[in-house]
Amino acid sequence: MTTPRVGLVIVSHSKKLAEGVAELAGQMAPDVPIIPAGGTSEGGLGTDYEAVTHAITTADQGAGVVLLFDLGSAQMTADMAVENLENPAQATVAEAPLVEGAVAAAVASAGGQNQAAVAAAAEGRTAVEEPRQPDAQTEITLTNEVGLHARPAALLAGAVADLDATVTIHKNDQQADAASVLALLSLTARKGDHLTVTARGPQATEAITKIQQLTKNNFNEQ
Amino acid sequence: MGCGTEGVIAALTAAAEVVSAHRDELVELDRVIGDGDHGENLQRGFRTFVVAVTRSVPPTPGAVVKLLASTLISTVGGAAGPLYGTACLRAASSLGDAPELTPAAIAAALRAALGGVVARGKAEPGDKTMVDALTPAVEAAQKALENGADIHGILVAAADAADDGAAATIPLVARKGRASYLGERSAGHLDPGARSTALLLRALADAT
Repeated sequence: MTTPRVGLVIVSHSKKLAEGVAELAGQMAPDVPIIPAGGTSEGGLGTDYEAVTHAITTADQGAGVVLLFDLGSAQMTADMAVENLENPAQATVAEAPLVEGAVAAAVASAGGQNQAAVAAAAEGRTAVEEPRQPDAQTEITLTNEVGLHARPAALLAGAVADLDATVTIHKNDQQADAASVLALLSLTARKGDHLTVTARGPQATEAITKIQQLTKNNFNEQ
Repeated sequence: MGCGTEGVIAALTAAAEVVSAHRDELVELDRVIGDGDHGENLQRGFRTFVVAVTRSVPPTPGAVVKLLASTLISTVGGAAGPLYGTACLRAASSLGDAPELTPAAIAAALRAALGGVVARGKAEPGDKTMVDALTPAVEAAQKALENGADIHGILVAAADAADDGAAATIPLVARKGRASYLGERSAGHLDPGARSTALLLRALADAT
């Protein structure tokens, strides 16, 4: 069985527009369910709450749905349809330009991204939240003679390599990925330098503990 | 007229007739600064409601208003559907299961309706929308309640304030909805949503 893709629903005042956007976005993502929900039930211009609700159900393969809309009242209809789902978390309304947003969302979905990432792609954002607080952090002072030179840097990188954590070493306003020896060397951290270590991920605390241990042991220098 | 379930159905049926009587006026107002479907959409919604409410009479005033909400949401194709629909949903929740409506319940329901419109449409007073009619109506209803008015008195105060609020949208430049695309050209025209809000409140006042 193929992995389910995030479905898209195109909410437009116009049946033709919704179908056209679905056609265009589908060209880039043949495996993604893209369901147009355009026009009123009588075939006029407007949005149809029931049709949007139905389209969400049709578009959902099990990976959730992202809705895109054309104009303000289509957004209101989309919002209402999502709020009134049995499980509102099943769908997200993306605030995006309709055509570009639909194409970006379709490509993201085809690439196996999740519902939040597909919505983010439509909105031209990346789903990675940059300024997140680290899960663990510590301050260290280098007391070994050579500072963060090649061998200590390799030890440090090795210490965090197998852990499920993203560790960053900060020296003043410079920062380096602790898993990269080259990045660590570029910090040119010497004996006596104060460094901040931040870690994110399930094993963030373990990573911090390991680094504290290494520093305390002067990176096993003789 | 009493304000039990039958009274509420009668008042909303009267409102439906007012919407039909003013259909062309609303279409014309909306044609100038919007997409021209407001009168037709509202008429369709209220007509469907009148049929639905006769077919199966809801047990409480709140349930009647909830039926109106779901009917408007599913049959009005324009912005009025989600906006009036959310307004009525909130009003229905505010009314709860009470079998008879009190003046305080009416004032609270109006306030809840305004909350629904603002939550759905994100409009503020001065944006040239139905909020400009409904906000003063809610305030006037509250004041009337505090002065001891009955349901009719509260709705008359609300309708009067909504009329003034709607008229005050004429010089405004629209900042929400389709009219906002017109920018300065939206000034000098009565907002159709504010007008329909005032018409509905007047219809309810006349029916109580």
